[in-house]
Amino acid sequence: MKRSKPINSSTNSSITLHPPSVGSARQLGELQALMAGAIMRPLTARNRMQPRTAGGEPMARVVESFIKPNDRLTSFERLEIYNRQYWFRILDCFYDDYPGLRAVIGDRKFDRLAHAYLARHPSESFTLRNLGRRLEEFLRAEPKWTAPHQRLALDMVRLEWANIVAFDEATKPAIHVDDLLGRKPSKVRLGLQPYITLLEVRYPVDDLLIAAKKDDDRLRGEASNAVELHHRRAVRINVRRLKPRRFYIAAHRMNCAVYYKRLAREQFDVLHGLQRGATLEKACAVLLKHRRRDGTDMATQVQQWFQDWTSFSWFCQR
Amino acid sequence: MYAAPTNTMPSNRFNGFTDYGIGIGLRVPHYQHILTRQPVVDWFEIISENFMVDAGRPLQVLDQILEQYRVVQHGVSMYFGSADKLNREHLKKLKTLVKRTKTPWLSDHLCWGSVDGRYTHDLLPMPYTFAAAKVTAQKVREVRDFVEVPIAVENVSSYAEFHQSEMTEWEFLTEVVEQADCGILLDVNNIYVSSKNHSFNPYDYVNNVPHHRVAQIHIAGHSKFKKYLLDTHDHPVLDPVWQLYSRAIQLVGKTATLLEWDDRIPSFDEVHHEALKANQFIHQLEHHAAPA
Repeated sequence: MKRSKPINSSTNSSITLHPPSVGSARQLGELQALMAGAIMRPLTARNRMQPRTAGGEPMARVVESFIKPNDRLTSFERLEIYNRQYWFRILDCFYDDYPGLRAVIGDRKFDRLAHAYLARHPSESFTLRNLGRRLEEFLRAEPKWTAPHQRLALDMVRLEWANIVAFDEATKPAIHVDDLLGRKPSKVRLGLQPYITLLEVRYPVDDLLIAAKKDDDRLRGEASNAVELHHRRAVRINVRRLKPRRFYIAAHRMNCAVYYKRLAREQFDVLHGLQRGATLEKACAVLLKHRRRDGTDMATQVQQWFQDWTSFSWFCQR
Repeated sequence: MYAAPTNTMPSNRFNGFTDYGIGIGLRVPHYQHILTRQPVVDWFEIISENFMVDAGRPLQVLDQILEQYRVVQHGVSMYFGSADKLNREHLKKLKTLVKRTKTPWLSDHLCWGSVDGRYTHDLLPMPYTFAAAKVTAQKVREVRDFVEVPIAVENVSSYAEFHQSEMTEWEFLTEVVEQADCGILLDVNNIYVSSKNHSFNPYDYVNNVPHHRVAQIHIAGHSKFKKYLLDTHDHPVLDPVWQLYSRAIQLVGKTATLLEWDDRIPSFDEVHHEALKANQFIHQLEHHAAPA
């Protein structure tokens, strides 16, 4: 697999040529920081450990100061096993979590982006589930990684994170239609289930993601070191054919399966208002600006929406 | 050398006085088979972190499994050996899961993997020093006191050794478990892999750990590279590992045993069949120990 030019990680700055002894908890921490800096340093284009530290010291000399060689491997080669495993593991996870983004920008650009993002934002969670938590923020700050399809890429990344949230975020006790009977709309504040993400996007990323994920159901081995970088090529999206327009999507969960539900603009506005803490009355007030000219009875329609949403168990206490 | 040969199941305080037999790891490709065919399996081991979520499909499947099977939790990211403080969010989620599964004991690795809140998601080897053992044992105690179930620490496969080490790996493991007063999850595949990578006799390891603390045994497959072995969990158990397992149960007694198969996972039946090969070594042990 081809690799982009390695990007320096901020985790490398702690590498020194004077490794600590390990006679105290503090010294243990210093040794671990030293080793982690080397392990988390990006690989070379040939997937090898870099010959120099971020500070410019020869990596071999640094590593020799704390890792023993053996009769088959140098100190450098022994630590390189961990350096490669680290990158293969997190890249493998990142590839699995973002098939849609891969389809939008292609394998080559995705590879460069993945290295840049993971070097800047290493995992800060005990679970790899949260690896992409800061990807949207990263792409907003550095749109060059997805150029010239920044908007589509950003829409896709938002949906792919919403997908992760919908998969396993908490469920609160649901509020049903009956619970609302007799209550003043001006006093009622409804929450949306934590697993629901409302998205206003410019592209039909829900359909695009479903297409990209087709046949891409690789499974990850959490306790295995058998990590490889031989990913199936991304399904490419023909970006040129796509014309931007507004789409409104609710990424949610039903019966433990993740769904993307298209919403009308009016529905999105009502739900978005409720999610932001508006009262039922205030959230529905936005409908006045959408008043239909086709004679549709808005009151009946809104009632139907709420029946549907409560049947999906979307509402909960704030 | 610790000498406590026995042919009885070591139901001990480190495994909650249970007498579990041969189990396998609960893995996604087998969910459908297990839930529809309901095969007879002594117990399943789950990776705790996969189920430390608030809701959704993982917990739905787990609850269905718990209705019919015994489950033991095995963690991969507590990092007892990290100098970092324990992550409170992690601990709370772990305890919530412990209450759900009612796991009789809980295992995680004798390793480190995070620095300053940044996670490598790897099982990194410890420098075998007395100071490191003290830090590690203290954290094992803290976790046990918080989750309120017995803890067993597992030896990891390793590919590097530190100049700073003051003792062998098995001496370090012993130092930690004695100070923490906890159990051992003895992974005989990991012992074998590390013995080849670091040129020690794996039987010295198995002979010299405190056998009365062994709560569980792991077996697994590994991969051979030109200059080292890698713990890949993607093969059947190799013969030298079975031989080491045989020696371990001679010393420890018939012990809850689990096959790990985490990559290139074959059918449920193939994995289970591989795990049940452990029975032939257990039967040999029982045969030799039977009164004339």
